[in-house]
Amino acid sequence: MMDGPPMPAGAAIPDEGLARLMPMFARLSECGHIRAAGPTLRRICGNIDLAGRRFLDVFDVARPHAVRSCADLFDLSDRKIVVRFRALPAQQLRGHLVRLAPGDGAIVNLSFGISAAEAVRDHGLSHADFAPTDLTVELLYLTEVKSAVMGELKSLNQRLQSARRKAEAQALTDPLTGLANRRAFDLALDRAVAGTGRGMSFALLHLDLDRFKQINDSLGHGAGDRVLAEVARILRAQMRQNDTIARVGGDEFMAILMGASEPESLLRICDRVIAALEQPIDYEGTACRISGSIGVARSVSYARPEPRRMIEDADAALYHSKHMGRGRTTIDRPGHDAAA
Amino acid sequence: MHGLINRSIQCFLRETYGAAFWSQVAQAADVSPEGFETMLSYDEAITDRVIDLAARDLAKPREALLEDLGIYLATLEPLRRLLRFGGVDYVDFLHSLDDLAERAHLAVPELDLPDVHLKPLGPDRFRLVCAGRRGYRAVFAGILRAMADDYGALALIDAEEGAEAVAIELLQTRFAEGRRFDLALGGTA
Repeated sequence: MMDGPPMPAGAAIPDEGLARLMPMFARLSECGHIRAAGPTLRRICGNIDLAGRRFLDVFDVARPHAVRSCADLFDLSDRKIVVRFRALPAQQLRGHLVRLAPGDGAIVNLSFGISAAEAVRDHGLSHADFAPTDLTVELLYLTEVKSAVMGELKSLNQRLQSARRKAEAQALTDPLTGLANRRAFDLALDRAVAGTGRGMSFALLHLDLDRFKQINDSLGHGAGDRVLAEVARILRAQMRQNDTIARVGGDEFMAILMGASEPESLLRICDRVIAALEQPIDYEGTACRISGSIGVARSVSYARPEPRRMIEDADAALYHSKHMGRGRTTIDRPGHDAAA
Repeated sequence: MHGLINRSIQCFLRETYGAAFWSQVAQAADVSPEGFETMLSYDEAITDRVIDLAARDLAKPREALLEDLGIYLATLEPLRRLLRFGGVDYVDFLHSLDDLAERAHLAVPELDLPDVHLKPLGPDRFRLVCAGRRGYRAVFAGILRAMADDYGALALIDAEEGAEAVAIELLQTRFAEGRRFDLALGGTA
């Protein structure tokens, strides 16, 4: 047995006290009518007079299951319930109903749950509408801080992404001509060789400029750079969009012509390139005259094309062109199969 | 030092004194030309270098520059909003500063803000003690000044010489109409 005075039989909390503790409470009578409601709850219900109305007429219980009678409602005591304000069904409220002593009805406390931000915005709620223990304001704070941090991360990602693109482009491009560099060419050649397994064909062109060194030596690097840029323009003009054109050395160029395998059409292309190269290129009033020799290796000449082998054969074909007097094209390694 | 802090110093210097001034300070302090990234961490010393160089070039006491930084920070709308979440009035806000470091951790776990502690000295007098690095006192003095205006409170705020603390004397809680604050962005009511 305990000493001391007996505990009072349940200290009743006046409604004003409940309203401050739980601004979204509703006290229900034994027959399910609202006796009193907290100020924030009244506010989100559009400041209608809630007292005297039947709770289930104002709110629709959505979870754990629909409820029709007051007895059913009170059976949900001590469980999490989800209710909707009937006049504004989009808004869901989370609730907790506690049955009081038989005959004394029940108390329901409601809160916004995770849709707090919309509710706060829609009803213009402020700190004062929440009990100090309520974490709704912290939830809003976190939502805002999270989107700020996400924004920073997003812009960091965008900066990194564009820096990466730039670095990639720089790593694969010859800065003087804007053509692909050796590295990009090797990657494209690997892709083209892999494509032959799916029945695709291609030709590998190796172009070496003739008389380029003399221009560089007599007119200087400025002239040389001007000539190289012009060569790049000519190659782009004579080839198609999905062909790969690369500057692989000082005055050496390589190209991959997709789908090209007929010697006649390859010769036509190469002749056009050489004819264009032989047009004088103006450098500060001086006409620079160059030509070019070309060697070609065709993927169709091999049972199983290999990048290294094709590069060697195109090189040998190029050497043959030079040996035969420059300004000409050799298709396939001399002494191999077809030669032109 | 966290990039968020360095970046805010960068934005403050660039927006207040111009891009050329920032570039000059950044170069002298050995900051990369792209500036600071908010989500990376930097060596502590670089932050001090930037502040010292900027103060020297502006011929301004370091404390005064840091106080301006505090004012600048508290007037940035996203930050102002986050600070206003702290409380309904200025006193509430002052008390909420005790949670500042923890709140910052909620947002960015790596972001270490100094531990600050509000000591009530009387009904309208407070002292905000800032532990940690030197200089925070001045930044907080600036933030407290700007936030007093924001709440419409009239307060005397003094960074205490020789101690990492700020003295606050509240003359009037509602001196003027403060700036508006809605809990949810895009609020109408």
